[in-house]
Amino acid sequence: MAKIIVVTSGKGGVGKTTTSAAIGTGLALRGYKTVIVDFDVGLRNLDLIMGCERRVVYDFVNVINGDSNLNQTLIKDKRSDNLFILPASQTRDKDALTPEGVERVLNELKETFDYIVCDSPAGIEKGAHLAMYFADEAVVVTNPEVSSVRDSDRMLGLLASKSKHAEAGEKIKEHLLLTRYNPERVENGEMLSVSDVEDILSIPLLGVIPESQAVLKASNQGVPVIMDDKSDAGQAYADAVERLLGKDMPHRFLELQKKGLLQRLFGGR
Amino acid sequence: MSIFDYFRDRKKPATASIAKERLQIIVAHERGQRNQPDYLPQLQQEIIDVISKYVQIDREQVHVALDNQDDCSILELNITLPERP
Repeated sequence: MAKIIVVTSGKGGVGKTTTSAAIGTGLALRGYKTVIVDFDVGLRNLDLIMGCERRVVYDFVNVINGDSNLNQTLIKDKRSDNLFILPASQTRDKDALTPEGVERVLNELKETFDYIVCDSPAGIEKGAHLAMYFADEAVVVTNPEVSSVRDSDRMLGLLASKSKHAEAGEKIKEHLLLTRYNPERVENGEMLSVSDVEDILSIPLLGVIPESQAVLKASNQGVPVIMDDKSDAGQAYADAVERLLGKDMPHRFLELQKKGLLQRLFGGR
Repeated sequence: MSIFDYFRDRKKPATASIAKERLQIIVAHERGQRNQPDYLPQLQQEIIDVISKYVQIDREQVHVALDNQDDCSILELNITLPERP
């Protein structure tokens, strides 16, 4: 049975698309047939993060309107045979997404895929609402910062009331993914810690992604950061995917790395 | 951190704890509002309008809350009337 996972946050710029790309790629690399769907109509960026921006011919809205079928529209990732991308439309406005249309496309995707990862737009408007409405699980991406935490709590409220499962009296499985985490600033008392955010949002922790130069490097090249398995962020995402699949993994990168004497003296990074 | 930092004042304000405290308050407040029915703000407005016909009251001094306890809902109305001159 296919699982629909929404990656959401409320606030923009916290790492939803980076996370969707990383988790989708991670699931595909572990053998699950996965599609990542970009719900950000008008501001599509998943194609750039995945490095397939020049291969977009048709988009999500075309499929909904019947201008193209899924075979023509899905872009197969060059790195994994299990991974496909459904790009958002860049020209239409958000009203092009209809609940009936989205449900039809998702049902069709369910027939062939194990995982459907929905990359939600920021905000709480139509695109974000439809991205979460049909979801079985939600990954709430949060930065350790006041506005992001507050917006995440708002999204949790919406997940509990304005989704198909909620309307049927069931509960969506929620996961907290803390991104852009800086252990040094946490140690200095300048940044909310993992347990602070867990206390406030009180949902299970899926992973902590450290603030990392690897994320920008990866997006510059159009490669999901999880492919960079030497980087801290790549490894943290890989752990998060394992946890999503039910494995119990210890959390890494929460502590400040001890610096050597020379680094201490000269402030090297 | 370089060698020069050791000479600076090492005391740093723990702004993270301020952030946590503020978040806990606002999130609790917003969760309370989330469970309220849609008609509550309008109900509050109409109650204020009716009372204003008879007494001069401050809008800030009217609190309407709906509490759910088991199978019973309690509508709580708290109005502070102005002191008599």
